[in-house]
Amino acid sequence: MIDPVTLAVLKGRLEQIADEMDATLFRSAFNPIIAEAHDASHGIYHARTGDTLVQGKSGLPIFVGAMSFAVRAVIEKAGEDMAEGDVWIFNDPYAGGTHLSDFRLVMPCFHQGRLFCFLASVGHWHDVGGNVPGNYNPVATECFQEGMLIPPVRLFRAGELQQDVVDILRANSRLPGSLYGDLNGQINALGLGRQRLGSLLEEYGAETVGEALGELRARAARMMAANIAELPDGRWSAEDWLDNDGIEDVPLRIALDLTIEGDRMVLDFSRSAPACAGPVNIALSTTVASVYVALKHLFTEVPANGGVLDPIDIVVPEDSLLAVRAPKPVGGYTETILRIIDVVFQAMAGVAPERVNGCAYGTINALSLAGHRRDGSRWVMFSFFGGGHGGHPEGDGLNHGNAPISTATIPPAEILEAAYPVMFTQWALRPGSGGPGRNRGGLGAIYEIELLEEEADVFLFGERGRFPPPGVLGGKPAALDRFTWQDEDGEHSPPMASKMVGIRLAQGRRLRLETPGGGGFGPPFEREPERVLRDLALGYIDAEAALRDYGVAVRADGSLDRAKTRQLREAGQT
Amino acid sequence: MNASRTRYVVGVDVGGTFTDVFLLDEAAGRVAVTKVPSTLDDQSRGFLEGIARHAALPEVATIIHGTTTGTNALLERKVARTGIITTRGFRDVLEMRRRDRPTTWGLWGRFEPVVPRDLRLEVDERTLADGTIRQPVDPEQVKAAAEALLAKGAEAVAICFINAHANPHNERVALDALREVWPNDFSEISSNILPEIREFERTSTTTLNACLQPLVGRYLHRLEDSLARQGFDGQVLIVQSNGGVMTVETARRLPVRTALSGPAAGVIASAHIAREAGFPDVITCDMGGTSFDVSLVTGGESTLAAQTEMAFGMTVRTPMIEMTTIGAGGGSIAQIDRGGLLQVGPDSAGSDPGPVCYGLGNTRPTVTDANVVLGRINAARPIGGKLDRLDVEAARAAIAEHVGRPLGLSDMEAAEAIIRVANSRMAGAIRLVSIERGHDPKRFSAMPFGGGAALHAGALIREVGLHGAVVPRYPGVNSALGCVIADMRHDFVQTVNRLLDDLSPADLRERFAELAAKGHDLLDRAGLRFERADTLHELDMSYLGQTHTVAVPLPLERGQMPTPDMIREAFERRYRASFGQPLEGIAMRVLNMRVSAIGRRPRFDLSLLAPDGGVEPAAARTGTRQVWFDGAFHDTPVFDRLALRVGAVIAGPAILEQPDTTIWIEPGQSGEVDRLGNLVITEAKDSPA
Repeated sequence: MIDPVTLAVLKGRLEQIADEMDATLFRSAFNPIIAEAHDASHGIYHARTGDTLVQGKSGLPIFVGAMSFAVRAVIEKAGEDMAEGDVWIFNDPYAGGTHLSDFRLVMPCFHQGRLFCFLASVGHWHDVGGNVPGNYNPVATECFQEGMLIPPVRLFRAGELQQDVVDILRANSRLPGSLYGDLNGQINALGLGRQRLGSLLEEYGAETVGEALGELRARAARMMAANIAELPDGRWSAEDWLDNDGIEDVPLRIALDLTIEGDRMVLDFSRSAPACAGPVNIALSTTVASVYVALKHLFTEVPANGGVLDPIDIVVPEDSLLAVRAPKPVGGYTETILRIIDVVFQAMAGVAPERVNGCAYGTINALSLAGHRRDGSRWVMFSFFGGGHGGHPEGDGLNHGNAPISTATIPPAEILEAAYPVMFTQWALRPGSGGPGRNRGGLGAIYEIELLEEEADVFLFGERGRFPPPGVLGGKPAALDRFTWQDEDGEHSPPMASKMVGIRLAQGRRLRLETPGGGGFGPPFEREPERVLRDLALGYIDAEAALRDYGVAVRADGSLDRAKTRQLREAGQT
Repeated sequence: MNASRTRYVVGVDVGGTFTDVFLLDEAAGRVAVTKVPSTLDDQSRGFLEGIARHAALPEVATIIHGTTTGTNALLERKVARTGIITTRGFRDVLEMRRRDRPTTWGLWGRFEPVVPRDLRLEVDERTLADGTIRQPVDPEQVKAAAEALLAKGAEAVAICFINAHANPHNERVALDALREVWPNDFSEISSNILPEIREFERTSTTTLNACLQPLVGRYLHRLEDSLARQGFDGQVLIVQSNGGVMTVETARRLPVRTALSGPAAGVIASAHIAREAGFPDVITCDMGGTSFDVSLVTGGESTLAAQTEMAFGMTVRTPMIEMTTIGAGGGSIAQIDRGGLLQVGPDSAGSDPGPVCYGLGNTRPTVTDANVVLGRINAARPIGGKLDRLDVEAARAAIAEHVGRPLGLSDMEAAEAIIRVANSRMAGAIRLVSIERGHDPKRFSAMPFGGGAALHAGALIREVGLHGAVVPRYPGVNSALGCVIADMRHDFVQTVNRLLDDLSPADLRERFAELAAKGHDLLDRAGLRFERADTLHELDMSYLGQTHTVAVPLPLERGQMPTPDMIREAFERRYRASFGQPLEGIAMRVLNMRVSAIGRRPRFDLSLLAPDGGVEPAAARTGTRQVWFDGAFHDTPVFDRLALRVGAVIAGPAILEQPDTTIWIEPGQSGEVDRLGNLVITEAKDSPA
């Protein structure tokens, strides 16, 4: 057996390889979704099972769980027909993908003639065809309307680039230059990982490194099981809702029944909605990956690899919203996985109150503006927007954070204004948007954009327009997502609340996105009045909210009315 | 003023525990070093005491000061109450950051901006991305905002308008208006501090600068007063984060440039020592109580980073010596995590209570405890002089309890395991700055400084495959030495954001010349003697469509015309070095231009530090100690490092001791004293004779 000290050393070395692959792609990628938003990931995967063994720290968390399915898809497709220098490429969401924008490169690594492991890279490309620039098509009813679908095919055959494949990919994008740059970045990242892994195998031998990989996985599994064993046995349930699927305005239920028995946990999603017509379906692999992310946020000390899921059983009915089959659309997968994370937090609040937090803002708000400049060239501004994090045992939620499935940063307003004919008239925190609680949810944001040139087509793929991010343990929900735009008739909002295609925005007109905050933690009447007063002074809430949500009365001069506050709070208790 | 009266140049580095003073007697060609306890409430007290031990202030010509006054104030949030006046709609830029969170896993992040929301006010005004003024600013609104901030008790103010980098006009009008009502000089506009695109980074840097101005300004006044009272008639210079120095006047205006000056001076000294010793490529390794800091020096030049985060969301964008820091210092704690893996750091016992062997209350074993148990650190003679002796038995017991028993290892095996894991983490940091940046480690030597790094240098050579290690003669006062060595340096940036094809060379030359003139004007006004003044020109470039840029140095003399071919070639060279193949047929974009004006100060003659005579190893041997390596205790010779003559060779295993550090030469390695008194460690087969 590998000694514990060598194991600790190899753990650091292996993680460094994955981190370095991440860094290489982030620095050289063309599209801001990878370069700035880090919507990409790299790792080392098991030769036989495809399990995630090591994952870069800076990549998108959701991919940790998802990539093992991608590697498995290649194993199934290729079988024994694999050689050093082969690289597969694909984005098929039903075969271990997520949505069509995410292109995966999978590379088998041989050592002394034997397959040792896989390296893989995934990145979100800027445009992969389909009906909507940027590929968040909220009214897609088949994946074919969301972009090109590529099954696992060889991009490299024994080290030789298959230019035909590159030509096909480029021909299917509105932004072939960006696609080409990102593809090259991913190839370089894999090449670098291969080189580093090669040196490590030379230094320590395949047997020792292999043992280390196996042992690291086993340890994550043991740690997770030990954590579960410390929790009480029982069954807890939670449900939450998606606004609609963009096609039919009917809410979609995500329900979780969580059972703990000894050192095992069962997450049963059977009561969730059946597959829907629109693009908020997800594949089973994506559901599993989301559960992984939720658990890692709650059990931060467990190492990030596939072993985390060993003591977990996940039950999802076939052909449901959470285990969809081709060609049902999956473009809006981010919204559904955020909801899965939210129900895990809500169910766990009953089991492990010391570990949970209020739900985060819960929608990616993929907003795309596209048009043509005066010189005829096409422009596409595509970005995700931030919101508040939930209140938690240690304090208020973070204002304007990134989504729990991602570590993305947002491009600065000035970079967007320099690149596209838009002007932000507001880029601000959204007062009153944080869910009330003993520890308040963080604030969402307001982004207001004026179009400076001709006209643009606007697409929005959001959520939480009907069902706000819930609080936990008595904490209240945050504000709803809100989107409006102007035309000559005045202000409008989407009939489907959070999703809209084909908005024609004219020069000088504005659109406005107001994102939810995070849910509160604990009963708001237990919040110290001084903290409520401070929120008021900073404009995080107004006096009405202080009174209504927190039972805190403020005099005209801004000071606390203690007597009235006590009275209000006592009345509120009964 | 005559030359014999003012003969000292003094470097003073104020650290968390000690203030190091390095005195150079230019007339006599002698140096002296002193360590005194730091006085953190007013750093100048300890500093004056240190100088007084060796020289009277009227005899001192120049004092070069590395100060952590600004750094500590930021980290402890003890800064002036500051206001921000900004564009309507953008009040929350500072608080919204770049929509990040502190940790990948776990959603319990928190953030308090340095300026609370009620001190951030908006005025109507707008400049577009191309510099067009869409709405002029109304001076009356600015004055009203200023009055409101004063009423709320603000002492300093930052004016940060959107797109001010593209056209500073509105900010300048606003500043003029503000100055009519603002009662002091603590006001600044973002286009003066950082005329670079990206509103959060610019706002953060400008704001942190503003909130430091009153504090750092007062400190420098107090310092100059105390010095003057004691007859000092020379000049004070302040070390910046970029490793250069600036005048007190500049430091008062740009205190944010001192934010990370502490570690910078040490790297400057290392670069100079390495160059003189014939090792132009080194990786400096500074091991303190809680952290291990590495920095890359190539071709004798240190590497600069464009920005850093002092803490989550506290971004300072100003060129600074690039430093990679991991939590692996002498006080880093070794523990077994829930998965049964041995972890060293980032939890740390720091220097107070410090390692278990200090006997000051910590019971969890640290890296230093392992070194003590293994016999590598002399328990009877702790460095720094704070303690009389170290408690080896307590250290051993802690290691046995927290590491040995859980892993089923003996005490000694457990101590060795701690060192091995710590070394492996440090090696990881070295790989990050070398291999990961495309540098071949065989070309590089480690340069350990600070108190602890020389104990680990030998192992790091092996783990990373470095050429060797160069231990400076006085590794404990490297930063103070760096103060004496540092050049004067002023950096400027200006956003351009144009395609290379659209830039006119004459226009570019003119804009470069403008920035250079500002820099050289500051050099001229410093009143110092420089051997020469250099100008460095650099562009931040990318292919059109990429959002990250690479820094492209241009081979230009001051005033020379850059050609598109020169720029294209320089960019492709840098791109190839960073990412592999340059791309065909995609336009190149110039995001920013950068100019550095450097006044080269007279070179410090390192031979002044060299051994004066010295003895053979046999005569320098002070005894024998039991040191544990390769699974057993071995009799290991101990030497007085400073007594060794030039050319002396010591074969490992060996311990070399000196007041400020301990050096461990691994079996199979050997160390040789070079002509400047540095100890050069290499694998024995490579070492000269």
